[in-house]
Amino acid sequence: MTPRKQRMLTVGLVVVGVSLAVALALQAFQENLLFFYSPTQAIAGEPPEGRKFRLGGLVEQGSMAREPGELKVSFIVTDLENTIPVSYAGVLPDLFREGQGVVAHGYLQPDGSFLAEEVLAKHDENYMAPEVADLLAEQGHPVDNTRAGPEKN
Amino acid sequence: MWNWFHKLASPPHFYRLAGIFSPWLLWSSLILIAIGTYGGLVLAPADYQQGEGFRIIYVHVPSSYLSTMIYALMAITSGIGLIWRIKLAHAVAASAAPIGASFTVVSLLTGMLWGKPMWGTYWEWDPRLTSELILLFIYFGYMSLRASFEDIGKADRAGGLLAVVGVVNLPIIHYSVIWWSSLHQGPSIKKLDAPSISGDMLWPLLLLIAASTLFFGAILLYRARAEVLDREHNSRWVQDLLGERPGAG
Repeated sequence: MTPRKQRMLTVGLVVVGVSLAVALALQAFQENLLFFYSPTQAIAGEPPEGRKFRLGGLVEQGSMAREPGELKVSFIVTDLENTIPVSYAGVLPDLFREGQGVVAHGYLQPDGSFLAEEVLAKHDENYMAPEVADLLAEQGHPVDNTRAGPEKN
Repeated sequence: MWNWFHKLASPPHFYRLAGIFSPWLLWSSLILIAIGTYGGLVLAPADYQQGEGFRIIYVHVPSSYLSTMIYALMAITSGIGLIWRIKLAHAVAASAAPIGASFTVVSLLTGMLWGKPMWGTYWEWDPRLTSELILLFIYFGYMSLRASFEDIGKADRAGGLLAVVGVVNLPIIHYSVIWWSSLHQGPSIKKLDAPSISGDMLWPLLLLIAASTLFFGAILLYRARAEVLDREHNSRWVQDLLGERPGAG
């Protein structure tokens, strides 16, 4: 084996070894790397009980309700299979709207509802002019927001 | 092919070639950046959800793209330098690192500025954001590791190995939005699928990605020339160069 081939092998083995180690570590931490849980996962009891976690999904159409004169707002988060009602008191981000993706950070209550301390809007990958979005809706093909929700495996 | 490769790897030849190419790269990139900026900030329509705020992608996406591409280049040249013992390859990798780190900083900062109004937060420990931050730390680690060696050959070998090992972070950054549920949106420009960004918004973005890549090429060549001069300052050709044209280079 020439010295050059030997160096090639060494560099190759180092890269393969480190990749393997990182892949295994990521595999082991898979659950902790989840940025948010879907309503289905939350109802199945996947998030640690009594602990703060993030709930992600779509804001159900027509579910948003505000208390007049207060910051309190409630809405329903859905992953198109299960739903969880969420209540929150605070300022909502610009992109928060019905039908869009949302990530709420807070606690699951004993009654099955979710008390959020922080609400983040999740943007999807669609970019277009407002006129185009209107046109799509008129033609009966509103922008598909379902992909903004948590991915189902 | 091998002949050409070995000729390019000779420092005086590289120094001359880079000197010819770099002004062309720089000027063409600046012109294209001007056109792309006009297209992105003036001609492109506002977004249906984000309004005018979406225009930050014209800075954010090219710099994010470059932050990973420059790292890939750095890892490849480091690998070539380690395996074939080509000093010029190490010189190129060392010159690329600060540029890559700068683009990573721009990517993180523009992302934070966009995140505050749109998501409602500057920073979240989201897989995409975290892996991009790790990339920045790898750049810093590479640069400080190099700086800690007195001997440039040792700096090349240690830094090169770090650059090659750090390459495992690149697929993690790329696939973080696909593998894990993440706050960051998925890719709008895909290889095998129609882009989910409309045409009048897309062309300035693609133009700016290409233009920033050319800009990076120009800066890299300028930096690599300086690096080569520094490394070879005792050699005959540099002495000749400085003797003929005092003050030049």
